[in-house]
Amino acid sequence: MMRVLEGSQAVAEAARLARVKVVSAYPITPQTHIVEELAKFCSDGSLDGRFICVESEHSAMASVIGAASGGVRTFTASSSHGLALMHEMLHWASAARLPIVMAEVNRALGPGWNLWMDQTDSLAQRDTGWIQLYCEDGQEALDSTLQAYRLAELVNLPVMVVLDAFFLSHTYEPVDEPSQEEVDRFLPPFEPKFRLDVADPYVLGEVAPPYIYMEMRRSIQSAMESALCLLPEVEEEFAGIFGRRHGLVDAYRCEDAEIVLAMAGTAASTARILVDELRAAGRRVGLLRIRLFRPFPAQAIRAALGPARKLAVLDRNCSFGAGGIFAQEIRAALCGHAGPAVYSYVAGLGGRDITVESLRGVYEATRDRPEPPTESVWVGLREEILCE
Amino acid sequence: MRMTERAGEIREYLSPGHVGCPGCGATIAMKLALRALGERTVVVTPASCWAIMVGAYPQSSLKVPVLQTGFATTGAAASGLRAALDLRGERETTVMGWAGDGGTFDIGFQALSAAAERGEDFIYVCYDNEAYMNTGVQRSSSTPWGARTMTTPGDKWKRQQKKNIMEVMAAHRVPYAATASIAYPEDLERKFRKAASIRSGLRFIHLFSSCPTGWGFAPDKSVKVARLAVRSRFFPLYEVEDGTRYAINESGELPVADYIGGQNRFKHLGSEEIALIQARVDEEWERLKAKAAASPIGQ
Ligand SMILES: Cc1ncc(C[n+]2csc(CCOP(=O)(O)OP(=O)(O)O)c2C)c(N)n1
Ligand code: SF4
Ligand SMILES: [Mg+2]
Repeated sequence: MMRVLEGSQAVAEAARLARVKVVSAYPITPQTHIVEELAKFCSDGSLDGRFICVESEHSAMASVIGAASGGVRTFTASSSHGLALMHEMLHWASAARLPIVMAEVNRALGPGWNLWMDQTDSLAQRDTGWIQLYCEDGQEALDSTLQAYRLAELVNLPVMVVLDAFFLSHTYEPVDEPSQEEVDRFLPPFEPKFRLDVADPYVLGEVAPPYIYMEMRRSIQSAMESALCLLPEVEEEFAGIFGRRHGLVDAYRCEDAEIVLAMAGTAASTARILVDELRAAGRRVGLLRIRLFRPFPAQAIRAALGPARKLAVLDRNCSFGAGGIFAQEIRAALCGHAGPAVYSYVAGLGGRDITVESLRGVYEATRDRPEPPTESVWVGLREEILCE
Repeated sequence: MRMTERAGEIREYLSPGHVGCPGCGATIAMKLALRALGERTVVVTPASCWAIMVGAYPQSSLKVPVLQTGFATTGAAASGLRAALDLRGERETTVMGWAGDGGTFDIGFQALSAAAERGEDFIYVCYDNEAYMNTGVQRSSSTPWGARTMTTPGDKWKRQQKKNIMEVMAAHRVPYAATASIAYPEDLERKFRKAASIRSGLRFIHLFSSCPTGWGFAPDKSVKVARLAVRSRFFPLYEVEDGTRYAINESGELPVADYIGGQNRFKHLGSEEIALIQARVDEEWERLKAKAAASPIGQ
């Protein structure tokens, strides 16, 4: 049924349709609407589950880990400082191989306090063993949350569904909300592969000395690798029921493009406008939107790029001392393969707007520069107030 | 930013033009606290309404230095700052941790408890508006029984009692703990001055800060609502020395319904629920009176 939903509501609806049993979360702007919506569902009976109002994000993740170890489907949501505080428990969740799903609203980290869009919070968690999916619109946020459960429960790894602060979390759009019956067909009742059980006692998370630790880590890496193969299958099943698929990456007018713009999140919607404009003027330009970040879809990226000579990667994040994170990952994926030269741009941090005009600037700079600079170029800086 | 004051005027350390809601009790709280403590004060504040009210770069609403810190960390950050000031010989500067109820009762509880146990030399103020207001009114463990919030909505209004943070702090045997209210400024300022003069450990002030936005009452009623909380014994004013000696400073005999009546967060409650709240308030009051009688301050 078509409904007009806020991005946050789309995610909350998906969690409800997934029949989650335990929701545990701690409020933080701009994630609060997701949590409040789920609190409402638990209160009015439309969700048969328990909402645990914990006292911090560290406890939010710890309590869903407890719940998942007890064998039920779980959900949480966080953002920015909240996600940073969860960091330790993110490792606990993935290494315990628990299929937890979390919505993460991309927000800048302080100080100074900033409530707005920035990807550094989730990308800083890239080594925690969580699958990460970045969404472009409300429909994809809903669909990705449902797919996340399917995938998580197949590979026994947790999944983070990532939404842009405000641009997606607080924007109302028409969203096709599936029926419970359709969702039940796609997502069977949760059958935990293991759970704490007095009839079959064992320890979760016990000491792992050097003689076994590496094998345990290798199994996480293998699960990540299998997620890369399984997500397309999950998408096929999903498309069979709902008629939609979103891809590991989403290549738009890339087939014969000479210059491709690459990015994740809602900025891609702005980039589509520019690509259409430039195409209308006869320029061979395309857009590559990265949806899956962990595991990193290197093969899919190489395949999508075709004959492009130059790739301009727009990062709404910065790994200080190294630059834009997507650019680094893409460079590594292209290394040793014939592919475009990678131009790295850092833009739109802390909610600064990315407009068609700022993207045009990125396109023109890439077009006019024969070789990429070694470092990331920062877009739209107010040079007059910069200091060392 | 510095401002020069004219002689004879009360020195104010809160500038006009802050971004608090009209009638915000927490701004009155800060204004009174800094009046009492004066300019040799450094404020440590975590995520909260007050983190925003301090201002956005390059402005500040406060005329004293402020360290903004992570939500969970007020007790720890204030400890570090105190150590630095001591090592630099700035003994006379007061460090004041200033956190909301969420930052005190919940996420910052561990750091507060640890600082109290270490006997850290600073004043810790919990300005209590009884929910996570900055994120849009979600329940905290300070939210009173019966209140509706965004995470205790509809029929699932809060069924747990407010955590008794004063007893928790008394159990840490801190040298000084006191409740205070924006409706009793003389009492409040006296308590802040007393807290500043004691240097033998952490001083805790539980400061009742009415919140028109989160509780649902008209902005011109903030002080009245806060006064009713005291006069109905919902929030009696008292102090505790060394966690053992008590003195009751202000209270009253009004029915608790007078306090609850004007607030949207309680408006779904019927006479039965209000009677339950009354019974609980009476019980707590008797307990407090008994403690003050058994072990009064000054003996
Ligand atoms: C680690 C972390 N989690 C969550 C938040 C979001 N957050 C900011 S202020 C706030 C509520 C503060 O409540 P309280 O301490 O009672 O102060 P109030 O806003 O009510 O004055 C929350 C949840 C944050 N900044 N950092
Ligand atoms: S929400 Fe309440 S505490 Fe926060 S600024 Fe407004 S009135 Fe003050
Ligand atoms: Mg509060």
